[in-house]
Amino acid sequence: MIDFDEVAVEDVSRHFGRRRAVSRVSFSARAGTILGLLGPNGAGKSTLLALLGTLLRPSQGRIRFGDVNVEEEGAAVRARIGVLGHDLFLYPELTALENLAFFAALYGIADAQSAARSALDRAGLADRADDVVSSLSRGMRQRVALERALIQGPRLVLLDEPFTGLDDRSGAALLERLDGLRREGAAVVVATHDLDLAEGLLDEAVFLRDGRVVESLARPEGLRAAYRAVMTRPATPIARPSTGPS
Amino acid sequence: MNFARIAWLILRKDLTVEVRSGEVAFTTLLFAVSCVLVFAFAFVREGIPPQGAAPAVLWIAVMFAGTLALGRTFDRERQSETLRALLLAPAGRPAVYTGKLLGIVVLLAGLELLLVPLVAFLFQEPLLAHPFWLGAILLAGTIGFSSVGTLFAAMLVRARSRDMLLPVLLYPISVPVIIASVHGTDALLQDHLEVGVLRFWVVLLLCFDVVFVTLALWTFEALMTE
Repeated sequence: MIDFDEVAVEDVSRHFGRRRAVSRVSFSARAGTILGLLGPNGAGKSTLLALLGTLLRPSQGRIRFGDVNVEEEGAAVRARIGVLGHDLFLYPELTALENLAFFAALYGIADAQSAARSALDRAGLADRADDVVSSLSRGMRQRVALERALIQGPRLVLLDEPFTGLDDRSGAALLERLDGLRREGAAVVVATHDLDLAEGLLDEAVFLRDGRVVESLARPEGLRAAYRAVMTRPATPIARPSTGPS
Repeated sequence: MNFARIAWLILRKDLTVEVRSGEVAFTTLLFAVSCVLVFAFAFVREGIPPQGAAPAVLWIAVMFAGTLALGRTFDRERQSETLRALLLAPAGRPAVYTGKLLGIVVLLAGLELLLVPLVAFLFQEPLLAHPFWLGAILLAGTIGFSSVGTLFAAMLVRARSRDMLLPVLLYPISVPVIIASVHGTDALLQDHLEVGVLRFWVVLLLCFDVVFVTLALWTFEALMTE
């Protein structure tokens, strides 16, 4: 199994025809940290997550997964990446257990059923294991989806708007789970609009606008104020994080 | 991870989803049966069917119903973005393609099991007289059609006008398979069965299958990555 301590996005651009979705973006996500991609709709957050998830190739620049060559070891790299998208990536006709067991098997876990049951225990949904996903509430589905993303013990976790549709209790549970992932040494990248929930969670915030990095803050505080300040000033691409606002 | 195991996992998942919902099977069956009935009402006069129409009717029904099945199967993967989840997995993408292809082939094979007796009855043709050869032609024709269809349906899954584009792309390329399938099925209905002729059509269909499946396996990874 391959391993990496850092995922580095180096001068990456991605174009769709003539449209520039991401332009000359650089940042790195390190093991044991949570990095937030913050920005308005169309800023390039989801494109960056797709690039990090190897679903897209950069038009320019490269993404380094430690010393691993993703071109040669794409499947091995994907085995260490967990993705929770804005959509939940779950089959509504299958039960929670069947969904998790299917993905566990797809990731090559030997005892997929046991892994799925353990994941449902962690999500607090053991009693709903045999319910089809379409019958679960949005919060429960989100918890199942998160466990699906984490079932193989990923090194890099990519989350796209993970707080959408969650009530306070589910949101708090998700924050706790993300904190746990950080302690376990995963590199977590979260794209979110929910600055209140992201407050205090992030080790680094990368602010994006029109596909460019406009600011990067280490251990940001006062995220909403920082976001407003960054988004109202002219864009200046930068590569290295500065310290958070005092 | 093992190619065959991934393909089997995806096939089993697709069949489980289909058994639960019945959505694609019932829709395609209803459409195919309606199609055959319309042809039967139009062509059969005073209980006498036209000579040689049965193979064409059978394959038109399979082709149209297959297009419907392809669209719906991938629509289902699009709705919860589960196709993305499959592509994010460490599974080799050709194995993902093979699993999806097998799902379509099994679905269409089930459809053909019901369509063949119906067409044989309505058009009074001995379609079931040579089950081995019929099975070979149906299987080879279905794989050829589905292999191209699965590739295009996966490719178009995020295209806005996918319902229009799928037949536009699929039919011109799959027409040789359908023509060979119709001729092969027609050869089964001749008074004197010519094994050489049947073998020719089956081998031709197998050649199409090899070419289409190889091309699809070769291009699927690149098409799905971009």
